Amino acid sequence: MSGILNSSIGRKFAMALSALFLMVFLVMHVSINFTSVFSEELFNNLSHFMGTNPLVQGLMQPILIFGVVFHFVMGFILEAKNRASRSVKYASNSAKDNSTWMSRNMLLTGVVVLAFLGLHMYDFWVHEMTVKYVEGDMSGLIDPNNAESGFRYYEELREKFVSPVRVGIYVVAFVLLALHLLHGFNSSFQSIGANNKYIKGLKGFSKVYSIGIPALFIFIAVYHHFTH
Amino acid sequence: MNLTLKIWRQKDANDKGKIVDYPVSGISPDMSFLEMLDVLNQELIEKGESPVAFDHDCREGICGTCSLYINGRAHGPATKITACQLHMRSFKDGDTIYIEPWRAKAFPVIKDLIVDRTSFDRIQQAGGFISVNTSGNTQDANAIPIEKENADKAFDAATCIGCGACVASCKNSSAMLFVSAKVSQFALLPQGQVEATDRVLNMVKQMDEEGFGNCTNTGACEVECPKGISLENIARMNREYLAASFKG
Repeated sequence: MSGILNSSIGRKFAMALSALFLMVFLVMHVSINFTSVFSEELFNNLSHFMGTNPLVQGLMQPILIFGVVFHFVMGFILEAKNRASRSVKYASNSAKDNSTWMSRNMLLTGVVVLAFLGLHMYDFWVHEMTVKYVEGDMSGLIDPNNAESGFRYYEELREKFVSPVRVGIYVVAFVLLALHLLHGFNSSFQSIGANNKYIKGLKGFSKVYSIGIPALFIFIAVYHHFTH
Repeated sequence: MNLTLKIWRQKDANDKGKIVDYPVSGISPDMSFLEMLDVLNQELIEKGESPVAFDHDCREGICGTCSLYINGRAHGPATKITACQLHMRSFKDGDTIYIEPWRAKAFPVIKDLIVDRTSFDRIQQAGGFISVNTSGNTQDANAIPIEKENADKAFDAATCIGCGACVASCKNSSAMLFVSAKVSQFALLPQGQVEATDRVLNMVKQMDEEGFGNCTNTGACEVECPKGISLENIARMNREYLAASFKG
């Protein structure tokens, strides 16, 4: 057991587990976001709950941040080792004949998603942390001194998607996330050694997930852009 | 057929090496690829030049010795064959053909197209065997019942000839397909299960020490493997390794 993270298989196993954890988080994230399409009140209530619940803020959020950082750091460590394993490149290489573009460009798609995460954190997370923990306003209200003013989350979300440039960035980032997931989700089963009678069905589900979840995120951004 | 060959020439392990162009003519489409190289070498010898060094032995796809990266693919454009089984009819008159050695830190070039694949030997020596006591009362292997499905899968894994095409094709130079085939052929049989824990831990440890990259499941190895070794073996080895690690 000791030193499992020092082995190539152990690292890939940890990478797969962190990926599966992040994919579960994505389902939760898109589910809450999607409520904004049909119910302002439900979206506001859920956002307020997630933003103020001690369990979510004190336990789940740090675990999530650790999961994200671990996934990216481990990704870069694995990539560095992989690059070091071949010092002289082929003069002629037909990689497209034996592997998919997605499988060969996980670093590229991952870096784009990482850059997008930076923008996303700036857009929402940094703002939330500032309001709550710097300014000390935990009310979640548009006007903290007026209880009748209502929650601010829905309006802030809509405001972010007014800019067509920002919506464009979101669309591109989620297309790249879909490409990342199309290889990554499937690959995680292999890395954890999964191989049973359900694996064919799970791989089919992974394709639906990999396209469906990013598509929902894109739909939400585009919906709010055109209905604002 | 008239062809232009672009061949990697490297005097020895310390030489930098470079691609050198060789025009060849009068090549029959019925020649094997290695026979075509024999024709080139004959011409080079007659001109007093150094022939192109390349590995070969059985020339019938069994030994796994030939190791050419031809036009960007291990063993050339056809699937499930070795370079010695590739025929010139797979090419067209006037073609330019790149011929390079396997590229991997763990497979250093010895000369021209010959690479040192003893890293595979060391991985095998780390656990790719079963210990059979020759006490005189060893059980007849044929008397041990084995499920047909497991016997078939073990046999399929055992068809790996250790040529290294998996390493050459993988963008990470990963040896996972080779090692997983060697682990699987024993893990699926009762004779191999006695030492299963130590075997997988030791073989993976040796694989990592040799400097092979990590598997990122691109599947290139399976596509280019001349024996069609399945990626399923990598999943099995991952299971074996993780179970062995948690067991201690």
